[in-house]
Amino acid sequence: MTTRSIQGEKNLRKIDQASEDGIGRSPLRPDGALKVKGEFAYSSDLWHEDMLWGTALRSPHPRANIRSIDISAALAVPGVHAVLTHEDIPGSPYYGLEFADQPALAVGKVRHQGEPVALVAADHPETARRAAKRIAVEYEVLTPITTEEQCLDPGRYGYVHEPHEYRARAHGNLCHEQRLVAGLGVTDEVRALADVIVAGEYEVGMQDQAFLGPESGLAVPAEDGGVDLYIATQWLHVDRQQMAPVLALPEEKIRLTLAGVGGAFGGREDLSMQIHACLLALHTRRPVKIVYSRDESFFGHVHRHPARMRYEHGATRDGKLVFADCRIVLDGGAYASTSAAVAGNAASLGHGPYVVPNVRMQAISLYSNNPPCGAMRGFGAVQAAFGYESQMDRLAAALGMDPVELRQVNALAQGDVMPTGQQVDSPAPVAELLQRVKDRPLPPPLDPSDRRALPGALSNTSHGEGIVRGVGYSVGIKNVGFSEGFDDYSTARVRLEVIGGAPVAMVHTAAAEVGQGGVTVHAQIARTELGVERVAIHPANTEIGSAGSTSASRQTYMTGGAVKLAAEAVREALLERGRRRHGWTHGDLALAGGRVVSASAGVLAPLAELLGDEPIERTRVHRHRPTVALHPETGQGFGHVQYSFCANRAVVDVDVELGLVKVVELTAVQDVGRALNPLAVVGQIQGACTQALGLAVMEEIVVTDGKVRNASFTDYLIPTVLDTPPIPVELLELPDPHAPYGLRGVGEAPTVSATPSIVAAIRQATGKALNRIPVRPEHLTL
Amino acid sequence: MEFLRPASWDEALAAMAEHPGALPVSGGTDVMVELNFDLRRPPAVLDLNRVAELAEWSSDGASVRLGAAVPYARIIDELAGPLPGLATAARTVGSPQIRNRGSVGGNLGAASPAGDAHPPLLAAGRGVRVEAHSVRGVRLIPIDEFYLGVKRNCLAPDELIRAVRIPVADGPQQFSKVGTRNAMVIAVCAFALALHPADGTVGTGIGSAAPTPRRAPEAEEYLRESLDWTSGGPLDPQVPLRFGELVAAAADPIDDVRGTAAYRRHALAVLARRTLAWCWDDYREQLGRTA
Repeated sequence: MTTRSIQGEKNLRKIDQASEDGIGRSPLRPDGALKVKGEFAYSSDLWHEDMLWGTALRSPHPRANIRSIDISAALAVPGVHAVLTHEDIPGSPYYGLEFADQPALAVGKVRHQGEPVALVAADHPETARRAAKRIAVEYEVLTPITTEEQCLDPGRYGYVHEPHEYRARAHGNLCHEQRLVAGLGVTDEVRALADVIVAGEYEVGMQDQAFLGPESGLAVPAEDGGVDLYIATQWLHVDRQQMAPVLALPEEKIRLTLAGVGGAFGGREDLSMQIHACLLALHTRRPVKIVYSRDESFFGHVHRHPARMRYEHGATRDGKLVFADCRIVLDGGAYASTSAAVAGNAASLGHGPYVVPNVRMQAISLYSNNPPCGAMRGFGAVQAAFGYESQMDRLAAALGMDPVELRQVNALAQGDVMPTGQQVDSPAPVAELLQRVKDRPLPPPLDPSDRRALPGALSNTSHGEGIVRGVGYSVGIKNVGFSEGFDDYSTARVRLEVIGGAPVAMVHTAAAEVGQGGVTVHAQIARTELGVERVAIHPANTEIGSAGSTSASRQTYMTGGAVKLAAEAVREALLERGRRRHGWTHGDLALAGGRVVSASAGVLAPLAELLGDEPIERTRVHRHRPTVALHPETGQGFGHVQYSFCANRAVVDVDVELGLVKVVELTAVQDVGRALNPLAVVGQIQGACTQALGLAVMEEIVVTDGKVRNASFTDYLIPTVLDTPPIPVELLELPDPHAPYGLRGVGEAPTVSATPSIVAAIRQATGKALNRIPVRPEHLTL
Repeated sequence: MEFLRPASWDEALAAMAEHPGALPVSGGTDVMVELNFDLRRPPAVLDLNRVAELAEWSSDGASVRLGAAVPYARIIDELAGPLPGLATAARTVGSPQIRNRGSVGGNLGAASPAGDAHPPLLAAGRGVRVEAHSVRGVRLIPIDEFYLGVKRNCLAPDELIRAVRIPVADGPQQFSKVGTRNAMVIAVCAFALALHPADGTVGTGIGSAAPTPRRAPEAEEYLRESLDWTSGGPLDPQVPLRFGELVAAAADPIDDVRGTAAYRRHALAVLARRTLAWCWDDYREQLGRTA
């Protein structure tokens, strides 16, 4: 809280207090009640007179050549206004976040099931869907390349992208490779230094972001030949940047406005229907709306990379890590998306929040004919954490040590050096987080009389029989902000003016509010910095500079930081106006309670009077400190801006005969630097823990030979309230001197750390090795 | 697609005669999903929501005549006494919203092997009849003959399910369902058991582990011979084990995205053992009270 020092007159106390709804407080989010009551307008609720409905025809095959496309039958359907293929694309056929390797509409071949092949616009969504079915596509079906072995042997199994089509930085079916060597690497000599060596192979299934609001948006053709797009996305400007070359329009003719976003979790970082809606709108000169069905949504966005990992750890008898040897293979699917950055994260964070003197790491991302994978909350750090935390438990068992103690013996701390050579230059209280989570009281023993508390719950599978309790611990590390030399910035405009006699701040950014609560926090920052109560949040759009993505736990740090800079600039301009106008010379001026106050002289002027009818507006860009790319062979470099740590304890009850799991409690202790809105911070941590629980015990897109077998919420299961335990959260607030207000990005660390704690608890209850997540009942019983 | 809204049962039957193969909809928990996902485009949909008597039940003390559209929520609230197995199964159906709309008639109409109502209907045993009506008359179909294959039943294209007749429980009944989440989940496999002390028989029902819901006749026969109905003595530990094996052997499961065949057999054996233990405990308690 920003309680400023107060001297002098007593009547100053009232007005010089921090705003009730400033930073450090927990004002409620403006969209919360609307969402709960079903009144919030999501992008799927957009409506425009005369609008058409667009839909895509998608490939049923994971790998095929397209011999011909006949659209005539679809065009003949009454109500159809356009049927488009790649031949109708005015600009480049390709787009992509890191490499432009993904066709907006298939060009001659399809590389994954669900790849869009053609578009239809019609006056009714059903008409559009029916017409799409009448597009005749002749495929030459090829055997898909889906396994690591197949991908790494293109001579035998073929190329996902032929060498002449290849656009990434590696070769063959390799999309990206990041190696890392620290200390002496891992050699026979290094191995000989270890008293105990444990090795394991681990596998992570393909998790989906499973946001509830399907991809949707509305494109409106503009008189200037451009297009206005209302869209649920994570990053307006990077959408536009990818759209412009395909639409063959200058960026300024593509104007994006954020529509209501129903969750994102990384799944909206890539384009989905943006280009499609704009192509149809520009072609028909009519507004075009596209809303995915749930089924289409599973094919319309990238997923979390499935991973296969091999870890070997060596330690001395007293538990000190000697080396870590790791190989992480990520399946990126047909297109690059953010695979390179995900692999970079896996490599640079894949040894965990531990001091490891000797490391050899190889992280690769493959091209395959599986569904494309990209950003999802935790971004490469999640997969690795399942590997290294499983290893820590295995090592503790081999050493006969307590698993928490083993982690503490090796815990990273401020001043330590990561295997990338980067020194950790802000608090890294890993050992303390573990201690605090361990010291929390355990939940009471099982009460079988409450069936809801049992594994299986009201499915009535047990009345207490076969239930064994287990407890597991884990800790994880995640980077905050964009890493590896990315020029990461955000822009904010703050305007202070008098409306209805009172000072009102207007905050304008392009930051995507995806449910994280950015709009709440930006208003809190403006209140604190400007001493006003009323703050309006301007709709996010491309009229202002980029805010960067709502991802990488970065938005409060980056856009919050930009709002702070802009508000400070407004404050300074206002005080300067006062000095000029009134000759103030005080060195202790502040804005509070709608007034300019001096700590020594008391109230100097109401803000409304000083502002008059001359608003003050400032725009500022906030950059975090620069990072550098990791060396491709050694992985060395100051690659990350900030690290975020969370420790978890999971308590589970397992029906060991049926293999059913009930997570009883999932405790989280996290260092958040500074909680700008403690309620929102706890919400982020609890949400992240729940998503991690899903990965631990149920969430997986099952893919067989490149085909998705469960593209629905009937069979892609996410936790219900009966699966979600109490999640006690304890916050540490150790300020990071490099960050605005000392804050640390919070949204991802628990998705990294919580999954392994649940699996560890299930292992303790069952004695099973459990080298694959999600853990399924058959893994526990057969 | 035609949309038919009969105001009465007779109108409904007449509409079916005129539009054989029309898809009846009541709660819509299955039908609307299929329509919305464009998985099914029937020539006609017959909305039964105006036929009020479908949502009523009655009982003569010996059996319950359960209207096809009585929602699961009411089965839980009103019929847990006479139909404990079905009520337990009803508790596991979907979400509260689904339980407010979904009904046994819908389960029977869809005839999915995963329908939660099927196992307790099979276990409730002799005397369970599906009342199928058409303008041609009424058929009382024994439940054992109702299911023909995956999502196929023996209804004629012009027939509607009016009600299900289920004997009032004469002994303990149980239902257990395995899913990979703790609520709102489709069965990986399910099992229902009913003890019938009146004639010393046992009923079973297996869900989601064969092309149709089915009984485990050998397991039923084994229990009938093995249970000491008169003394109600504790179970020989071998009995639940053997019963479980026989139930597992009666299943014919497949590997699918929800679970493996091997796991389904394994889990059915566990469910069979446990439900037998619970039912037998209840039975002994009842005996003790009457003695």
